Amino acid sequence: MIAWQQLRRNRLAMACLAILIVYTGVWLYAEGTFWFARLRDVTPAYRVSNYAIRNQPPSTAHWLGTNYAGRDNFVQVVQGTRIAFEIAVLTSVIVIPLGFFLGALAGYFGRTIDTAIVYLFSVVGSVPDILLITAISYVVRGVVERSPSMQTVTRYIDSGLLAVCVGLGFTGWVGLCRIIRAEYLKHRERQYVLAARSLGASNMAIMFRHIAPNVSHLIIINFSLRFPGLILTEAVLSYLGVGIANEPSWGAIINDAKQRLWLGNWWELAGATAAMFFLVLALNLFGDALRDALDPKLRTAEARAA
Amino acid sequence: MAAYIFRRLISVVPISLGVLFVTFLLFRVIGGNPAYRIAGKNATPAKIAQITRDRGYDQPYFLNFKDFPRQLFHAQFPRLVRSILRGDFGESITNKMRVSELLRAGILPSLCVTTPLFIVDLCLAVGLALLAAYFRGTWIDRSLVVGAVMALSISEIVYIMIAQYWLASEWRLFPVWGFEGPQYLVLPVLIGVVAGVGGGVRFYRTVMLDEIYQDYVRTARAKGVSPPRVLFHHVLRNALIPILTNVIVALPFLYTGALLLESFFGIPGLGRLLVTSISNGDEDIIFAETFIGAVLFVLANTVTDIAYTWADPRIRLK
Repeated sequence: MIAWQQLRRNRLAMACLAILIVYTGVWLYAEGTFWFARLRDVTPAYRVSNYAIRNQPPSTAHWLGTNYAGRDNFVQVVQGTRIAFEIAVLTSVIVIPLGFFLGALAGYFGRTIDTAIVYLFSVVGSVPDILLITAISYVVRGVVERSPSMQTVTRYIDSGLLAVCVGLGFTGWVGLCRIIRAEYLKHRERQYVLAARSLGASNMAIMFRHIAPNVSHLIIINFSLRFPGLILTEAVLSYLGVGIANEPSWGAIINDAKQRLWLGNWWELAGATAAMFFLVLALNLFGDALRDALDPKLRTAEARAA
Repeated sequence: MAAYIFRRLISVVPISLGVLFVTFLLFRVIGGNPAYRIAGKNATPAKIAQITRDRGYDQPYFLNFKDFPRQLFHAQFPRLVRSILRGDFGESITNKMRVSELLRAGILPSLCVTTPLFIVDLCLAVGLALLAAYFRGTWIDRSLVVGAVMALSISEIVYIMIAQYWLASEWRLFPVWGFEGPQYLVLPVLIGVVAGVGGGVRFYRTVMLDEIYQDYVRTARAKGVSPPRVLFHHVLRNALIPILTNVIVALPFLYTGALLLESFFGIPGLGRLLVTSISNGDEDIIFAETFIGAVLFVLANTVTDIAYTWADPRIRLK
């Protein structure tokens, strides 16, 4: 609660939080319209083409103009918000359990387990991120598109989206794992752990019932600092051709806009870029403030200088 | 010292082997038979079978127990290790050239873009960070930080598209595309700096501020050393270690770094090679670049550790 009070006083952080709440609202709205259409087996509104009004500049009817298929660009950008949040959520489904569990094991038990896990994340962390993400997405996409058993999954989740999330997930856990491991190394020497052990608590109970609540704030910090990176990487992956192709993610919109920028159609690029910019900016600034508030030990010099 | 360096260099081997193993698992085991991806979507079964046979994808993964002791290592992974030790990364499927040849041809154009980019970026980032640290807490500092975060909140692709369209194509300030002289490098370097400098400024500023509140700084000020001298002679020198880490770890970035810049501006470097290989499904090239990138990263990390002992005598060798 002290953390929240400190955050409240930071006016910049509060402004960012307001922006993030607006984005979350937009996400939930977009998610609602998407599933509403999907479950009734109708084409969602953002997919309906209208070639009579293609490539129109912004007007009162279409705030951000229309694209090559006569789809309203504002609606596309709203759906892009959905994809951005879906990537964050789906990636976290891989990153948080994997990073937390392995980090906890390595830090708590030490010795051979630690050596093995450190070796594992050194290996994964050695491959430059963008290369590994590209390689994983490239391979996973091939697997997903060929295997018949994945058909049921890809009916609901775009195969490109799935590939991107697997790629981002299996590279992103390294950062969380490092932090959690370092934290467990410190906590296992603490008095309360000794007290719990002398009362007969098992290793698992100490790890997850006693230490985990003391380090769980790191997950939130890691998430808010990782999220902006995911959005920017997704855009690169779309360009490289291993990203999302059949859904209007911001990366896909920008990649589509590339060809028509030469015709002077700036609005497609502007819409997605602006949406991306404000979300990434708010996340970056809010993430920093959150880290300062939740973890006084990690507190950066930013807070001291201010 | 020599023994220490030798020991550190030896430790590169297990990590590199691990990277090779992970990439092998990814491309050959998890991804299934690569022949499907290489042959493309509309390939005939006969073509797939031929690629499978030609490239040895039908052999066992790790050890071959057929005809037991003799052909034990006649399997995919041992053969891969052997060919990489010989510097052979296979051949491109699109133009049948050796991958090692293609990589060698790509190094120079890549370095032409990334070296100036790296140097300008580093100098500018450290300079701005010093400026922010010197004026800490004032509007100069605050606007630098907010500016840096804003600059890194825009995708590099957008910078490239905007600059290429307006600066190069509409206003004709720079050549739009190609690699025929130094003037072709100005715009890519400029974009790379704008897109990359924000993160650097933010990081280096934090590093400097971490130092600025140390006791030795207060001592120096109390002795009557002037603030600029404290900054350049005391703070900067102590901040050198985190800066060094950041710089050396970013060095392998020189090799594939300008992925987007190269492919947008038609510079025939390694980045563009990778981008075209992804769209052509040229698996051997993707594999080679991933692996070499990782080995360079590991080497850079090792060099950082060695450089520490040179930059900071307090760090003792273990």
